[in-house]
Amino acid sequence: MLISQDQVRDPYSVYYDWFSKEDLKRLRLKSTEAEAFFRKIGITFNVYGQDEADERLIPFDIVPRIISSREWARLERGIDQRVRAINAFLHDIYHRQEILRAGRIPAELIAKNEAFLPEMIGVNPPGGVYSHIAGVDLVRTGEDDFFVLEDNVRTPSGVSYMLENRETMLQMFPELFTRMKVRPVSAYPRLLRRSLSNCAPENSPNRKPVVAVLTPGIHNSAYFEHAFLADQMGAELVESNDLSVVDGRIAMRTTQGFQPVDVIYRRVDDAYLDPLNFNPESLLGVPGIMDVYRAGNITLANAPGTGIADDKALYSYMPDIIEFYTGEQAILKNVPTWRCSEEDSLAYVLEHLSELVVKEVHGSGGYGMLVGPAANKKELSDFEAKLRAKPANYIAQPTLALSTVPILAKSGLAPRHVDLRPFVLVSPNSIDITPGGLTRVALKQGSLVVNSSQGGGTKDTWVLGD
Amino acid sequence: MMLGKTAGGLFWMFRYLERAENTARLLEAGWHMALNRSSTASNEWQSIVTTAGVLNAYNQKYDEFSASHVINFLLRDKDNPSSVMNSIDLARSNARQVRTALSSEVWEAVNECWMILKQELARPVVERNLHDMLSMIRYRTSVVRGALYGTMLRNDIFAFSRLGTFLERADNTARILDVKYYLLLPSASFVGSSMDNVQWEVILHSVSAQRSYRWLHGGDISAQGIVDFLVFDRRMPRSLAFCVAETVQYLDQLEQEYGTRQDSQILAERMADRMSQNTIESVFQNGLHEFLAEFIADTTQLAKHIEQDFSFYG
Repeated sequence: MLISQDQVRDPYSVYYDWFSKEDLKRLRLKSTEAEAFFRKIGITFNVYGQDEADERLIPFDIVPRIISSREWARLERGIDQRVRAINAFLHDIYHRQEILRAGRIPAELIAKNEAFLPEMIGVNPPGGVYSHIAGVDLVRTGEDDFFVLEDNVRTPSGVSYMLENRETMLQMFPELFTRMKVRPVSAYPRLLRRSLSNCAPENSPNRKPVVAVLTPGIHNSAYFEHAFLADQMGAELVESNDLSVVDGRIAMRTTQGFQPVDVIYRRVDDAYLDPLNFNPESLLGVPGIMDVYRAGNITLANAPGTGIADDKALYSYMPDIIEFYTGEQAILKNVPTWRCSEEDSLAYVLEHLSELVVKEVHGSGGYGMLVGPAANKKELSDFEAKLRAKPANYIAQPTLALSTVPILAKSGLAPRHVDLRPFVLVSPNSIDITPGGLTRVALKQGSLVVNSSQGGGTKDTWVLGD
Repeated sequence: MMLGKTAGGLFWMFRYLERAENTARLLEAGWHMALNRSSTASNEWQSIVTTAGVLNAYNQKYDEFSASHVINFLLRDKDNPSSVMNSIDLARSNARQVRTALSSEVWEAVNECWMILKQELARPVVERNLHDMLSMIRYRTSVVRGALYGTMLRNDIFAFSRLGTFLERADNTARILDVKYYLLLPSASFVGSSMDNVQWEVILHSVSAQRSYRWLHGGDISAQGIVDFLVFDRRMPRSLAFCVAETVQYLDQLEQEYGTRQDSQILAERMADRMSQNTIESVFQNGLHEFLAEFIADTTQLAKHIEQDFSFYG
């Protein structure tokens, strides 16, 4: 927010004016109000491994993160380029594999990768889209330096927070929205519905595409979001036991018999999607759904096997992938990455362990990762042992000098590290990027981990209009 | 058209809400009774537990019937499947399941009801706070009902919600009558005695109907009058006849909306016919207990049919 002690960054100037005239006590009261509001509408999540009855709130910070229209325009171009490249890559990797033939990425990286689904080879998803919904995680280090941390093209979550955070801010600070031109995010559910409908199988027996959200169920940590999206889109919220294969199509059990479904926005991982084709133990999937999918009779969003595109082992090749499919240089930068599978890199990483962030290739949620500068001796040596045992399991990145944005702390505004996850919708003929996104914030002073499972919170993200 | 699971979730959500409310009413009625007749108070507490249908679970836990045990067992004991807290928990859990079918006002009303009760019932309830606690339960469940009436479309979603309410209520009223009858009228000689009248008044109280009964029947409180009122009077929203008539009406509405006639409808109409063909005289002649037992069995049967007809489960 601040450039120096007494100079406010441009997009924040109106906000800062307003803030400096506000009473801190009133603002703290607003924080409490926001929490009550979230509890009332039930935006809670279950923490895995804890008592089921324990529903927790993700802490919400009432100071918005503000992005100027110029900054956003650049991000938008970069994200657009990335998801175009990713969808092209997915089509290629499950068809002719030109990129492997061209030697741009090593073939064994694909062949040995669990995220690569041989069942998808030669399959054409209805509408030609693989990743319908993406949430690109970005961090910033300087005025125009945005880095992509992860592409999240499987089942990115958090969009309900983007929408509800905004709803909360509108209720609490209506006066700010009259002073500043904040671009709305509320069109997202409608656009999502449209994007999904546009990819419906052409041979559908329904007059209008029937869309359903497939959730693992009420105990899933993101259940609120699943219900929220189904509700906002006017789609059905289904669990696996509501679905069956009937006459070669997926159908849901209704009060009037079975109704064919056209598009399933599934919030169930690939491995659990179909006990006949994948994990036979899965109770979350629909037996035979992959066969229906391969026959072109159902749309799955995102398509199975998209995980190969956001796999951490492939991450460092993203600039090549973008160039290969779009012929352009990547607009958004990648974080420099050492692949520990490579001997030289491993040697470097081991030598500089205390300066690096080391991540598990298949990990998520901030688990199983080492933040070198924050680790003590024992943690470093423990991690070194793990790294030596299975180097191919890890990648390492430098700790970036992440920019901070202010939060409302006990004594007033205080800087904290953040990331940003804008949400992207891909249809056969358009890419929609909602102006805003989920800003996650590391609430602990100095912390770089923004994951909600580890003490992170969220704030509203304001993209300013022209 | 809606998911079978959603229909089932709505049905059970409103059954559990109704159950919580009825348990609270029953407790209130019994408590007043116990306060007014201190010498045999423990009998009264036992009668409440029996009426609530949880005597077995209670006996497994306690040896005697004291105010504080019964109050907490009915309101908040995890070992009592029908305790108010368990019912509200289940109602809310069903509501989460069917959130997409509820207006946000209905969802928020249920969620707030749950949040407040969870907090208030976290610690044992003492008699001094019982009145406030019971009013709050009634108030919070009324808010849900109000939101349902004020904000929901009158379609199949509404129909399944109301079916759950009326089947639960019919079952509850029938059980209250049956237990009281069984306990209080071992022989006909008791009928009309003053002690007996006080007990019957408890029944009226537990269905919040003292005043309406008095409007209709003046001061004339008799066993026959009260049974007639609670079984056959279609003006009384907790009577068996009223619940059955509503059930028939909502099943008819579903037939119109879906264009299919179902088994459950036939069964519900048969129950309605039995209501109109019987009189209070014939019921007392053939035995109230027999009549009620058959009614309760029919209700259970009807719930099963509804569950099958509309594919609640796989």
